[in-house]
Amino acid sequence: MEGMIQISELSKKYKGATDYSVRQLSLTIGEGEIFGLLGPNGAGKTTLISMLCSLLKPTSGSFRIAGLDYTAQKRQLQRLIGIVPQEYALYPTLTAMENLRYFGSMYGLKGNPLQTNIEQQLAGMGLTDFAHKKTKTFSGGMKRRLNLIAGILHRPKVLFLDEPTVGVDVQSRSVILEQLKQLQQEGTTIVYTSHHLNEAEEFCTEVAIIDRGTIICKGVPKTLVSKEANARHLEDVFLIKTGKALRDHA
Amino acid sequence: MHKLLAATYKELLLLTRDLGGLSVLFLMPLLLVVTVTLIQDSTFKTLEPVKIPLLVVDNDQGTVSQNIQHNLNSAAMFEVVPSPNEKAAQKLVQQGTFQLAIVIPENLSESLSQRVNGNVDRILSRFADGESADTLQKNVLPPKEIRLYFDPATQQAFKTSVRTNIDQMVAKLESEAVYQAFQEQLTENPSDALFDTDHFITFTEASPDGAQQMAVPNATQHNIPAWTLFAIFFIILPLGTNMVNEKNQGTFVRLRTQPVPYSLVLAGKALVFIAVAMVQFALMLLVGMYLFPLLNLSPLEIEGKLPLLFLVAFFAGLAAVGLGILVGTIARTQEQSAPFAATFVVILAAIGGVWVPVFAMPGFMQTLSKVSPMNWGLNAFYDVFLRNVGIAQLLPEIGALSLFFIITTLIALLYNAKKNAI
Repeated sequence: MEGMIQISELSKKYKGATDYSVRQLSLTIGEGEIFGLLGPNGAGKTTLISMLCSLLKPTSGSFRIAGLDYTAQKRQLQRLIGIVPQEYALYPTLTAMENLRYFGSMYGLKGNPLQTNIEQQLAGMGLTDFAHKKTKTFSGGMKRRLNLIAGILHRPKVLFLDEPTVGVDVQSRSVILEQLKQLQQEGTTIVYTSHHLNEAEEFCTEVAIIDRGTIICKGVPKTLVSKEANARHLEDVFLIKTGKALRDHA
Repeated sequence: MHKLLAATYKELLLLTRDLGGLSVLFLMPLLLVVTVTLIQDSTFKTLEPVKIPLLVVDNDQGTVSQNIQHNLNSAAMFEVVPSPNEKAAQKLVQQGTFQLAIVIPENLSESLSQRVNGNVDRILSRFADGESADTLQKNVLPPKEIRLYFDPATQQAFKTSVRTNIDQMVAKLESEAVYQAFQEQLTENPSDALFDTDHFITFTEASPDGAQQMAVPNATQHNIPAWTLFAIFFIILPLGTNMVNEKNQGTFVRLRTQPVPYSLVLAGKALVFIAVAMVQFALMLLVGMYLFPLLNLSPLEIEGKLPLLFLVAFFAGLAAVGLGILVGTIARTQEQSAPFAATFVVILAAIGGVWVPVFAMPGFMQTLSKVSPMNWGLNAFYDVFLRNVGIAQLLPEIGALSLFFIITTLIALLYNAKKNAI
């Protein structure tokens, strides 16, 4: 099957680091998948996503998204992808509407189509009443939802999310996941990282557990659970594969 | 074009939402220019100087001390304030109440008269009787000393200027006494002027552009452009902070993933901050034209010079924006960008001649001043205000300011490309 994302022996070693953060990683993610990248702290999840979003230069290897090469066709590739970073990538002194108009404009969207799109997305995320409030007054959950809208305004073919539900209340998480499922149904391929393994088990069509820069297992969550004798949930599989040792690093 | 407009509008919104930042950008320079001009006004008023109070202890009470006091009073620099004794004068100067005191020694008039008369007698005797001057008894008088007390905080340049003035004054009094002694010896009639004591060699200051009056910058003509440049270059502080904030907020990461060149992001910022520079300049001009006269300061005269002044301000703004973009691109935190920007602007101002005129600097600093864009801007403003030049004569300075913008922006673009290469 031709994957939407094809990664071939991708490696990243940071300057001055003794070890690789991502090592010879090869992976194919199919179109329309909700793909979960799971792993302990420092496993290489954010480094991998950063390379796929053209934020970080790989040390070696290559990848293609929707058939586009990341070096030769960077601008076309940027139009196809959306990113929802872990931090709230919003201007705190601008209103929700102003933030979205600006980020939408940077994708070339303008006029009524942009306005209508923003209004629909705000309504979908329950933020219509706050459209003209400055985002610095928003709660964490509201900022997460707005952060997601800013990443999907241009209807990307591939959406990368780095822990999109971290630190949000149950209601906000539910709205975010619903919205993401709707995007998947419309054909968007979603790649997301999370430490919420229960959420990933329910939400993802496929997951990969990554540790020390390499993929240690990959598959449909239920299949991975069924393959491990002593596992009842994805979290059990995760602990069996990555161990119980703490992964603190500074 | 649509993206550029959106980026510019966003920058405008960010700026207008930060009222504290706006007040720093617009009100602080105005406050600065008014304060500094009021302080410096007398320094630049060479035609109508403010007189410095000078304590005089007159222990002589004779014609020489009267002449000295008369000359001091007539001089442009001083206003004589009598003091009863040396100790009191010394104390007042030490306390800083007066900047200087002059103590005229006892019997100065009498001693000078004796010394001069003795010298004249010996010379005339030689001519009249053919006697050797050596045969006449020489009047051995101890030299008299005029003592000067300076406030310890007084600057060396001021001390030198005062010493020179008093030295010239005393020399003149001595030579007049000599002429007077000859006069008395050679004629019975005091109105019969034997000697022409007027200066034979005089000098006059002529304007190099042929104007009737020499063009010298007054405090207004110096401070408005100087502090406007300071304010314009101070925009590197908010501009650098704005860019560092984007990195810290994560919005810069989002921008890097969007199909937008970094140059477009920078262009949006540049347009807004150049507009800020223009508004700053317009406000400064208005203050100079309308507020300064109300404060008894010389009004700023800009008749026929407005287009050239705005042209210079525009290119100065461009140079400042280039520097701000470079600082904002390289700095990672506000702790890096803000102190660096603030200190760097002060250094550029100092070496650029904003505080101390370049000609008053040591040689190597004068050479160094040529690398400060503020110096180029200040020279261009002086060209317009004092030398009445046209646009062609401004080309070297505005060319240098443009080049500075191009180089700093190019370095920022290259740095960003290298740092975020993919």
